[in-house]
Amino acid sequence: MQNELSAIEKTVLTDYKYGFVTEIEADEAPPGLNEDTIRFISAKKNEPEWMLEWRLKAYNHWLKMSEPTWANIKYEKINYQDIIYYSAPKQKKKVNSLDEIDPELRKTFEKLGISLDEQKRLSGVAIDAVIDSVSIGTTFKEQLGELGIIFCSISEAIQEHPELVKKYIGSVVPITDNYFSALNSAVFSDGSFCYIPKGVRCPMELSTYFRINAEGTGQFERTLLIADEGSYVSYLEGCTAPIRDENQLHAAVVELIAMENAEIKYSTVQNWYPGDKDGVGGIYNFVTKRGICQGAHAKISWTQVETGSSITWKYPSVILKGDYSVGEFYSVAVTNNHQQADTGTKMMHLGKNTRSRIVSKGISAGVSNNSYRGLVHVGKNAANARNFSQCDSLLLGDKCGAHTFPYIEVKNNTAVVEHEATTSKIGEDQIFYCNQRGIDTETAVALIINGFAKEVMNQLPMEFAVEAQKLLAISLEGSVG
Amino acid sequence: MLSIKNLHAGIDEKKILKGINLEIKPGEVHAIMGPNGSGKSTLASVLAGREDYEVTDGTVEFAGKDLLELSPEERAGEGLFLAFQYPVEIPGLSTTNFIKTAVNEVRKYRGEEALDAVAFLKLMKEKMAQTNIDQTLLSRSLNEGFSGGEKKRNEVFQMAMLQPKLAILDETDSGLDIDAIRIVANGVNKLRSKDNAVLLVTHYQRLLDYIVPDFVHVLYNGRIVKSGTKELALELEERGYDFIKSENVEA
Ligand SMILES: Nc1ncnc2c1ncn2[C@@H]1O[C@H](COP(=O)(O)OP(=O)(O)OP(=O)(O)O)[C@@H](O)[C@H]1O
Ligand SMILES: [Mg+2]
Repeated sequence: MQNELSAIEKTVLTDYKYGFVTEIEADEAPPGLNEDTIRFISAKKNEPEWMLEWRLKAYNHWLKMSEPTWANIKYEKINYQDIIYYSAPKQKKKVNSLDEIDPELRKTFEKLGISLDEQKRLSGVAIDAVIDSVSIGTTFKEQLGELGIIFCSISEAIQEHPELVKKYIGSVVPITDNYFSALNSAVFSDGSFCYIPKGVRCPMELSTYFRINAEGTGQFERTLLIADEGSYVSYLEGCTAPIRDENQLHAAVVELIAMENAEIKYSTVQNWYPGDKDGVGGIYNFVTKRGICQGAHAKISWTQVETGSSITWKYPSVILKGDYSVGEFYSVAVTNNHQQADTGTKMMHLGKNTRSRIVSKGISAGVSNNSYRGLVHVGKNAANARNFSQCDSLLLGDKCGAHTFPYIEVKNNTAVVEHEATTSKIGEDQIFYCNQRGIDTETAVALIINGFAKEVMNQLPMEFAVEAQKLLAISLEGSVG
Repeated sequence: MLSIKNLHAGIDEKKILKGINLEIKPGEVHAIMGPNGSGKSTLASVLAGREDYEVTDGTVEFAGKDLLELSPEERAGEGLFLAFQYPVEIPGLSTTNFIKTAVNEVRKYRGEEALDAVAFLKLMKEKMAQTNIDQTLLSRSLNEGFSGGEKKRNEVFQMAMLQPKLAILDETDSGLDIDAIRIVANGVNKLRSKDNAVLLVTHYQRLLDYIVPDFVHVLYNGRIVKSGTKELALELEERGYDFIKSENVEA
């Protein structure tokens, strides 16, 4: 007993595979934040006046806000004047096609397992690659364009489809929503934009890969995804960053709009640098993600596999406005060493006969802290709303923490809200059972946690499920055994 | 094949095994009987390499190797299999996936190629027929919600899949209906060959009607206090353990 326990407690740092830095000249804003910074960013992107005004409005609102403290996380106060708000790899000239992307950047993505070469790429996935503050290229644009699908960087969308951006940006996450979303609205640099026209089923996975490269920068991406009536899209984002001693801020905003009968499946595999085993460095991942089921029978499904970041603060949510609309949240959050995660969802039932399902699997190891925080709100007109929530926590060792904060607000008495929660430990007897069958402890832990997380992993697009499984195992490598 | 000499083991301050001597040769079947709490499962666990137990004295040699030096997974690789008295549940891990991993990890240890899906399926089919196990059980999560008897059958199925040199069955017959006991016995008998050996821990003579042991040992208070042939089991069934206990009053 003694032996095994101390082995479980013995946490060793896994090598973070994506910790390299690309040596490339960057075009940067000076550190610090004021109106000029915002004008600088907006000018760099050659934005129309309305966009700049929107940003400045957000900035002025942000100035009046204060950082939230209610989450179950601890960190040193962020000095917002130390951050570089804009950093773009210097490209020789404007690239008109993927072939013209700087080979150094192309190599960076290849090292991350992301090929920007359309021929080499899994044919079922289109990618928008974002490095620091800018998108460097989007694959399969033409093929998608033939179906009327718009998939490009948000900067490009602001130029090419201003009417769509203007109509929808901030419509789900208003600039006043919260501290980090206000900040993002003021300084967002790039991100992806996607519009699926009426009745179109997007034939491939759309995906954005976010990479932080430059030192001292923050990444503030903005993603906007609109699925028009009767359309369908499955979207995936992935993220990595170099190993650094400093903490870097990542404050993103993602907005999803699903019209009548439309379905959006949004998956995240988040593997930002988590910091070292002593908790030095790592990304602060403070993200606001929200979708609205605007019309009847719309469906939004969030799936997230959160293994990275030193701190994760995010609650992908769904506003169930349309009658019979459906919201889902499937989450696996892994924390190891000194990582902290406070994550969950909000399901806002406004329409009649709306349904939501929450499946959250938290895995904690080392001295980490993992909290599920969720709100199920049933408005007074949401007759027959249904919610089912399942929150399971798995502990590796006894120095880590798992917490569950479920909030339920029901204003209509025809609603049915169910909540189940469990906490378990990886048993030494489970590991021994595997060992006895010839399976070493590392593999045994991987089998056990993948079993634990299976219901969520099954939600991931096939192309990424295997990768995500490996990632789970890697994030916990050395935490047992 | 297995040679246990003067084995002492315990947990924390508690001494459980107090000088076990046991010699098992290829082709033999040994049965160990003994009252509750006498140390049978402890012996099985120590042989399988459970770290909770501390070995304080003695040696164990298995297939020419110092068994106590090997990790549990290496022991499995060397061909030692333990059918657990209380098999554990692993939610979400499919039984088939688990067994496939086990089979291939053991093969890897032996320097053999992993079985591909086709070869693995063929082996599964063969062993499923042999051990009469229900296919739906194998697609469910490992032991989760299995009845007591189903868990035991699953152990026997795994044994058949892994074809160990030495199989230790810890009360695999407990909780089984009569048909299932025959199936377990059948599984063990199929494994029996001149190269393999079996160590059966049981409370019931009935199992030994189906698996005829070469030797029967009585474990009492951490020691083997009596050894004999099949007849010893019959005698125990008739007389209970009292005569053994009275013969071995602790000094
Ligand atoms: N992990 C443990 N912690 C404390 N005591 C233990 C532990 N494992 C075994 N023991 C003790 O050692 C003794 C032998 O236990 P063991 O399980 O080996 O008995 P057994 O012969 O298999 O009994 P049964 O026939 O009931 O299965 C018992 O007194 C038991 O309580
Ligand atoms: Mg026992």
